[in-house]
Amino acid sequence: MSAVLTVQDIHTFIGQFHILEGVTVEVPDHSITALLGRNGAGKTTTLRSIMGLNPPARGQIQYRGQALNGRKPYDIAQLGLGYVPDYRAIFRQLTVEENLKIAERRPGDLDRKRQFIFEIFPDLEKLYQWPGGQLSGGQQQMLAIARALVPDNSLLLIDEPSEGLAPVIIEGMMAAIRRLTAQAAVLLVEQNFRVASQLADRYVIIEDGRSVHSGTMPDLLASPALIQKYLSAA
Amino acid sequence: MRPTLRVNVFRQSLIVSGLFVLGLLVVNLAVFKPSTVAVVMLSGLYQGMLFFLIAAGMSIVFGLLDVLNLAQGAFFMLGAYAGFAIYGALPAGTPIEARFLAALLGAAVTGGLAGALMEVGLLRPLYARPVYQIVMTLGLSTALNEMVRAIYGPAGLVPIEEPPALATTFTVLGGQFETYRVFIIVVGAALMLGISLLLQRTRLGIIIRAGVQDSEMVQALGINVRRIFTLVFALGTAVAALGGMTAAPFLGAYPGMGTDFLLVAIIVIVIGGMSSYEGTAVASLLVGLTRATAEQISLQYFNTPILASVSILLFMVAVLLVRPTGLFGRE
Repeated sequence: MSAVLTVQDIHTFIGQFHILEGVTVEVPDHSITALLGRNGAGKTTTLRSIMGLNPPARGQIQYRGQALNGRKPYDIAQLGLGYVPDYRAIFRQLTVEENLKIAERRPGDLDRKRQFIFEIFPDLEKLYQWPGGQLSGGQQQMLAIARALVPDNSLLLIDEPSEGLAPVIIEGMMAAIRRLTAQAAVLLVEQNFRVASQLADRYVIIEDGRSVHSGTMPDLLASPALIQKYLSAA
Repeated sequence: MRPTLRVNVFRQSLIVSGLFVLGLLVVNLAVFKPSTVAVVMLSGLYQGMLFFLIAAGMSIVFGLLDVLNLAQGAFFMLGAYAGFAIYGALPAGTPIEARFLAALLGAAVTGGLAGALMEVGLLRPLYARPVYQIVMTLGLSTALNEMVRAIYGPAGLVPIEEPPALATTFTVLGGQFETYRVFIIVVGAALMLGISLLLQRTRLGIIIRAGVQDSEMVQALGINVRRIFTLVFALGTAVAALGGMTAAPFLGAYPGMGTDFLLVAIIVIVIGGMSSYEGTAVASLLVGLTRATAEQISLQYFNTPILASVSILLFMVAVLLVRPTGLFGRE
């Protein structure tokens, strides 16, 4: 499997704070990679650095052989990256339809993807004309992911998809994300280790702004010492 | 299942506004004779439309870019001067209607281009610095006023002639009213509707409404927000400039002519609820009608128009006491 995304030793500052001090991540195609680590370790900043929202000061980011460094966020998105932030960023005044429509990169994107989206998230069909601000947390999360599916993205960056959701909704969300690997690679930030371990094929552990460990999920599950050391509080 | 909450708040604000207009009408009928009532109402509408033409762009820009463009009044003036220049530059044989139309379009184009230039050249470096924005927009306003004074002199230009068809008066309920002012009402109403359709029905409108909430996310979806900012800013200044030229046949063109309108426009935006377009549209009419009523009362009983300006300030204070976020504002 070839890597869709290669993040090589990036350093990112926010204001004067050195948030990422050397993060390396590789995301193979059609698979799910989870960024693990404690709160404040730099997982969200890693995703934002890839999207160009907090551009790294040093290091390389390559997407399908193209360097993302120095590109604007809209330019990076247009290459085929979909971003689902942890706060979901649903446009409250826009209807569900408009929230999806705005993600079109070419006219007709939504028409082509609508059935697929309804199939994965059936709730969105009956909520189609509702303002985004009136959806529940779980529905907003579905919409946020669905929005990333409207254009032909081949890499999805999903931040904390299970946060604040009821267990039964999390199950559905996991099934949906698993289906996405048919068309795209997924880089996931997930605080809930049970969810991450069931969902991801590979993992990268980030600690204090550095990627300290990576490998396949079965390997991680087989080494309790590693889990204890880096993820115990999570 | 139907979405209800937000719609209800919106409807509530509309009903309150409707009741307010009704109240004004009752006051009018109680105080004036019917012919005066008709003229006051029409006059309120036409004033409101002029306020709207300045305030519309300001409120959308404020919502999207978080910038209060205090130079918007200067674009109103710029539109009038640009219109005059075009009107005068056309060859002698040109029919007055063609001159007038060219002046209107030219004013809008000039305002739009100047606005785009301002956004790219002056505003862009200051997006992270709100205080600098105030100083810059206010300074630009003064600079434009002084520039016009230097080129055309302090006296201003004599109003241009409007097309003969609009230069008439007509009688409504026994009161005399100028046809040209109805033309302003029509232009204002058309733009009110046009901008509303743009916001609700087009892709640009969806992007604007989304950008008001979270422009970073809009960007992360692959949209060049910077370009949208420039476009929206330019559209706003184009509408203001068109407003200035629309007013030119009775206001003329003079340095600082936009400043009075700017102050009222800010009041309108505050009453409407800062970044709400609907709020701005409704509030401009309410302010226009309030001002016209107060002006007439003031003239009739105290022989001075002094109450006109006072009334809209009191109106703003009253609205803010009851709803601190303005009529259509959100928490």
